[in-house]
Amino acid sequence: MDLFEYQARDLFEEYGVPVLAAKVADTPEDAKKGAEALGGGTVVVKSQVKIGGRGKAGGVKLAHNPDEAAERAGEILGLDIKGHVTKRVMIAEGADIAEEYYFSILLDRANRTFLAMCSREGGMDIEQLAVERPEALAKVDVNAITGIDEAKAREIAEAAGFDAETTEKLVPVFQKLWETFKGEDASLVEVNPLVKTGAGEIIALDGKVSLDENASFRHANHEDLRDLDAENPLELKAKQLDLNYVKLDGEVGIIGNGAGLVMSTLDVVAYAGENHSGVKPANFLDIGGGASAEVMANGLSVILGDEQVKSVFVNVFGGITACDAVANGIVKALEILGDAATKPLVVRLDGNAVEEGRAILAEAKHPLVTLVDTMDGGADKAAELAAAN
Amino acid sequence: MSIFLNKDSKVIVQGITGGEGTKHTARMLAAGTNVVGGVNARKAGTTVAHKDVAGNDVELPVFASVGEAMEATGADVSVAFVPPAFSKDAAFEAIDAGIGLLVIITEGIPVQDSAAVWAHACELGNKTRIIGPNCPGIITPGESLAGIIPATITESGPIGLVSKSGTLTYQMMYELRDLGFSTAIGIGGDPVIGTTHIDALEAFEADPETEAIVMIGEIGGDAEERAAEYIRHNVSKPVVGYVAGFTAPEGKTMGHAGAIVSGSSGTAQAKKEALEAAGVKVGKTPTETAELLRTLLGR
Repeated sequence: MDLFEYQARDLFEEYGVPVLAAKVADTPEDAKKGAEALGGGTVVVKSQVKIGGRGKAGGVKLAHNPDEAAERAGEILGLDIKGHVTKRVMIAEGADIAEEYYFSILLDRANRTFLAMCSREGGMDIEQLAVERPEALAKVDVNAITGIDEAKAREIAEAAGFDAETTEKLVPVFQKLWETFKGEDASLVEVNPLVKTGAGEIIALDGKVSLDENASFRHANHEDLRDLDAENPLELKAKQLDLNYVKLDGEVGIIGNGAGLVMSTLDVVAYAGENHSGVKPANFLDIGGGASAEVMANGLSVILGDEQVKSVFVNVFGGITACDAVANGIVKALEILGDAATKPLVVRLDGNAVEEGRAILAEAKHPLVTLVDTMDGGADKAAELAAAN
Repeated sequence: MSIFLNKDSKVIVQGITGGEGTKHTARMLAAGTNVVGGVNARKAGTTVAHKDVAGNDVELPVFASVGEAMEATGADVSVAFVPPAFSKDAAFEAIDAGIGLLVIITEGIPVQDSAAVWAHACELGNKTRIIGPNCPGIITPGESLAGIIPATITESGPIGLVSKSGTLTYQMMYELRDLGFSTAIGIGGDPVIGTTHIDALEAFEADPETEAIVMIGEIGGDAEERAAEYIRHNVSKPVVGYVAGFTAPEGKTMGHAGAIVSGSSGTAQAKKEALEAAGVKVGKTPTETAELLRTLLGR
């Protein structure tokens, strides 16, 4: 889960990372009040969207007094930045920036450890810097157990080529950013720019934080950071039903078991769609190991709630899951849904108890259900039905 | 022959008294696995009742720790069915005891915990091979199962299989059920895992009974690209590949915590191209992949 800048700022503050005072506002009036609360002087009004390039898009503006802050907020609220519409702005104190640096901590999958990246050249697009002048971007391995202690923080600052005086100031900030990363179960903490002011202070001016959703069981507060407005209503409904669902832009609804098989099913349906008016998969839905009637009914109700869906492909390989349980689930789900089920269902079952499962569906003779023998055949049939409907 | 697991492997189950532990202990026994006991500190000294592969009643002892279980039974493999919140401690315990193979089935372990487990294993000199987490485990058909892979899909044969995904492992074993498998291993779909594609490829290359290898990948990270590079230089046996997730949109996690495309990296297309550049034939669907392997083997 990616956080907004103001949420990252709040976390930084909690962990003692130096940040500027700031307020958030959803209206120009609140922006004015926010600027007043910050002392009435010069502030920066920043669009809160989860995408880079805000400055160039006109989403970051200077205001010299509270009235101007309201005006700038009025210009920025509603601003569309690469498809992300601004619903909230952050009003931050102005800073006297002398130098801009870059710092991040992230997961290094290849080495199965964490990585700190640091540069004396911050403020710019770091991916561009990494390509154009890799020598300007220091990369230092961070052990998952020992983390960034004082010695490691010093190693990072020295690898980036900071002078002794700046290094001394950066070391505690790096340690606190690691504490944020560790303490919140983040998979990314990025500060760009990390600035040195004219007075020589270090401040995290902009922050990007991604949190590991697998760790939410030990962070009750992370639920509050979720941006429910931005989530697709079908995905939200699926989440409430404890389903692993991702909405896509297509016509063939997909239900399967196991993330890999479902991903593969999407691909196979997309290939089949090339022969049937270009229809595409409408979603990812993994019903997991135990496909009870209730789970199947919940899954179908989410998929049939997607108006784009013209047909549904149920692709199950019974490993632990028994196909007879899946077949019973489909029959009962169609009973539960009644008239709400209106789209044709193509079903492919294989593996554990497949004969029993197929027999159950054959006996039920539900008019919407077509039983197929293979995954590729099922994808083709589902694409054909979607194209015809 | 086989890799990492065979009929002599002595298996314990961490979390043997829990729901999943109980269910899969029974399934592993039915598959012929030599399960010699389990671990649950709170129930140490008790036993759990099961049936062995011949249908006879067996009482499996429950120990307080992996170390005790190893000492009493000579166990060299542990399969962990422990909830995410306790998986890190369970893994540390198994690594500290120096067990040879640790299979972590659990899904949903925080990545910082998995990274800590890996760091700890490295610190102790990588004496413990870790498979997973978030994986179906490993099966050497006809000999032993350490995990949750269905044992009835197919039998022993010449194909080695390594996959990030559980159900795609089953699907591929089913597609090639007439040929059979030396060992099939699901390495897991998390961002941080123990055994990698490369580890399995290296072992299959060295295993005399493995004649050909199927490698299944999916979006996220660059493990497949690195495996392709490894194959180019180190694998002489025929390899076919399959990659899932061509239609996955950027920035969305597709079920597995590690299955996410970020920017232009981690895409299925890039992985396919890397594998093909290394001479690996890559199928568009699981069925086509199976056909490619048949062609290569001439069967």
